[in-house]
Amino acid sequence: MLEIDQKNPLFTLKQALFDAKQPYFMRYLYTLNNLTVWVEPQNLYPAISMLRDDQNLLFDQLIDITAVDYPDRENRFDVVYHFLSTKFGWRLRVKVETSADQPVASLVGLYPSAGWWERETWDMFGILFEGNPDHRRLLTDYNFEGHPLRKDFPVMGHYQVAYDSEKQEVVREPVKLAQDFRDYDFKSPWEGVGQLFDKVAERNDGSS
Amino acid sequence: MEERSIGLVDHNNQAPLENIQYIESPQVFQDHMDKNGFLVTQVDKLITWAQSGSLWPMSFGLACCAVEMMQTAASRYDLDKYGVVFRPSPRQSDVMIVAGTLTNKMAPALRRVYDQMAEPRWVISMGSCANGGGYYHYSYSVVRGCDHIVPVDVYVPGCPPTAEALLYGIMQLKRKIQAKGYYKRSK
Repeated sequence: MLEIDQKNPLFTLKQALFDAKQPYFMRYLYTLNNLTVWVEPQNLYPAISMLRDDQNLLFDQLIDITAVDYPDRENRFDVVYHFLSTKFGWRLRVKVETSADQPVASLVGLYPSAGWWERETWDMFGILFEGNPDHRRLLTDYNFEGHPLRKDFPVMGHYQVAYDSEKQEVVREPVKLAQDFRDYDFKSPWEGVGQLFDKVAERNDGSS
Repeated sequence: MEERSIGLVDHNNQAPLENIQYIESPQVFQDHMDKNGFLVTQVDKLITWAQSGSLWPMSFGLACCAVEMMQTAASRYDLDKYGVVFRPSPRQSDVMIVAGTLTNKMAPALRRVYDQMAEPRWVISMGSCANGGGYYHYSYSVVRGCDHIVPVDVYVPGCPPTAEALLYGIMQLKRKIQAKGYYKRSK
């Protein structure tokens, strides 16, 4: 049983995770009373398995799975896992670096709740999870193409829908914005509007 | 009470259409019936009066506007007293209140439910998102106004509109039905 430092319990957690006997975690970051640790993709499953089952840790709840896109990096995605240990009251954030075509191990075997979050992460970022039994999209439209939370996805997407009275069904058509994008400078409402008009004028000059 | 409801025609008068009385109170109606024993009205007036007096909305709550719609139907504003009763089935409803953000994925379902409603049918677009996409106007997944999908009769602005605003929208729809006097909508 670990002896928990009551003044700084996360320090105890960090010491336990970076024990010489457990070679899974690479580096850590301590910010805003939260501990973040990085793990190599091939070590993910055994590392999380250890977090869940080790009697000194017992991270029995998976809170969330999501990802972050860093388009300039070679491995552009960070997959982010959040865990809670209901026994010790610890929260832990685990990050794994991956790329668009390098699958990450699925955690469904350890936490059944991981299934839908992995589906959502696949849907939004296009990250593959090896071993997920139901690897479909979760949220976006049927036959949707692309992954909306990637930085290179245009915010207004590739199509919009409308009712076609001849075909008598809802059809897809190219995006047609009735209203141009608005760029506001919120630091100053007056100058912001002025800059808006300047930008519109600039854009019009550039195109003609 | 509505200022104008059924137009009454005095049958003794030679030029009935120019001499329309309006029921202003139950007493006027009673006096008229005591005097004449029957009343004459125009069919379209009677029909639109009946239609606008029992607008049964299809409950189509999509987002936070739905909560405000429930509030309008709840005891404080009490839509029941206007004859507005929410129905769970499109077959039984006259009006669809599109309350909330209409996403691309939901759009075919909305149109299908609209198609299943019996004629005559009306649509109230409630809130910024249903009116024109609102906060999500530039989004990849949101319809920029539910009038891309169904023909809309009344737009209620607001984010979300207050219960009073929706109530006012329903009153406007009643006025529109009575003014237009149609039995069947085109499209």
